[in-house]
Amino acid sequence: MKKVNNKKPSFLFIGRNSAEGIFSKKNKKLLSDPLDDNNPITVQVLGICSALAITVQLKPAVVMTASVIFVMACSNVIISILRNLIPNRIRIIVFLVVISSLVALVDQFLKAYAYDVSKELSIFIGLIVTNCIVMGRLEAFALGNGVWKSFLDGIGNAIGYGIILILVAFFRELLGSGNLWGMQVVPDFLYESWYVNNGLMLLSPMALITVGIIIWIQRSFNKKLIEKG
Amino acid sequence: MSRDSNLYTFLFVGIMIVGIASILAYTSQTLKPMQDENVKNEKMQNILSTVGINVSREEAEKSYKKYIVEELALKIDGSINENINPFSDLNLAKELKKDYEDQHFPLYVAEINSEKYYIIELRGTGLWDAIWGYISLKSDFNTVNGVSFDHKGETAGLGAEITKDWFKESFKDEKIFNSNGELVGIKVLKGNNDPNNIDKDDHEVDAISGSTITGDGVTDMIYERVNNYLPYLSLINDKVSMR
Repeated sequence: MKKVNNKKPSFLFIGRNSAEGIFSKKNKKLLSDPLDDNNPITVQVLGICSALAITVQLKPAVVMTASVIFVMACSNVIISILRNLIPNRIRIIVFLVVISSLVALVDQFLKAYAYDVSKELSIFIGLIVTNCIVMGRLEAFALGNGVWKSFLDGIGNAIGYGIILILVAFFRELLGSGNLWGMQVVPDFLYESWYVNNGLMLLSPMALITVGIIIWIQRSFNKKLIEKG
Repeated sequence: MSRDSNLYTFLFVGIMIVGIASILAYTSQTLKPMQDENVKNEKMQNILSTVGINVSREEAEKSYKKYIVEELALKIDGSINENINPFSDLNLAKELKKDYEDQHFPLYVAEINSEKYYIIELRGTGLWDAIWGYISLKSDFNTVNGVSFDHKGETAGLGAEITKDWFKESFKDEKIFNSNGELVGIKVLKGNNDPNNIDKDDHEVDAISGSTITGDGVTDMIYERVNNYLPYLSLINDKVSMR
């Protein structure tokens, strides 16, 4: 087999470049960038579909966040390990296979060992596979970077996605059904006097509007995000 | 070999598929007994919950054996098929896809404090995917004692609310036959005149905002499935106290 690159194949990657520490400034930026400056939902506008679908309640949003963190970290690492082996023309198919088998594996384990969680999670399985963020980061980052960096990038983007998800779910559950985490927080006397839950918050259009408001607030604080006219 | 050559691509795909398929097949095979056990216990839990017995999944089997006194597999003419174990052999989803004449329906009879309850399995379609559940009728085969619902993929916070206690509670004591003895089922209705569900003879419960189609699915599911038991009911009618 012809050697494609003459760099030493590095498997563990950590500390390969001795000038760079595990948590160097650059690596920290990989984690922190997606939280604000390069947030997958509010700046890259990826993963909007699932942000609409599962933000009616806080609990599924948190479960979704946790599973996306796991899937993104693992798939980023796997693709990064294989990045010099994957044939270019079928790379998207390889991404899909890796993501969906990871999701299937997680699902199988949960069904056997944590049945209740798996019931909660089962409807999101399809959503994780089709989540544009996972694919997007594999294509844009993991395919060209080392394992440790890809791992950080995966975690960072998943958390950036999760923060917005949880924020939106918080407002939708609070205003839409008067609950948080399934428990009633709006006191009974308010309902008895004048307060009514806003049923519109439960419908998907309000998720878009909520995301829009979050983007507005974010941009009013973060001047870097404002396009020059 | 170049990474872009056809041969390399095919080799890569071949190895990848074999590798991943064996990992997935192995995990699924090793975990299957535990998963089946979970599913079986959950089914028992659901059946028991319609007669007001709520137990943990571990204790489900013990209570099931204690309270469920009869398990019947009914043919469409109402007669009992002794060769089929309704709990383990009957899969209602598969039954409904069979030819009408070949269908069988499970009926569970529970006895608690010498009261008899008939438990009917339900299955229908929600907005996204299947919904199913159990409905238990008191010994008059008319008054609902309790229901349990579950779903495959209804929207959390909307359609998925059918699994919540407040919704299930509202079916309690509703009647499925009208005063002429015709099956009407229970309608999940929006904008009905009885939002607190005080009137138990109107065959209606209040719907959930934002989940009209799931609610309609529940309505249809109750009517259609109970309908399959009418032949059996007419056979045992002399034993059933008059509605």
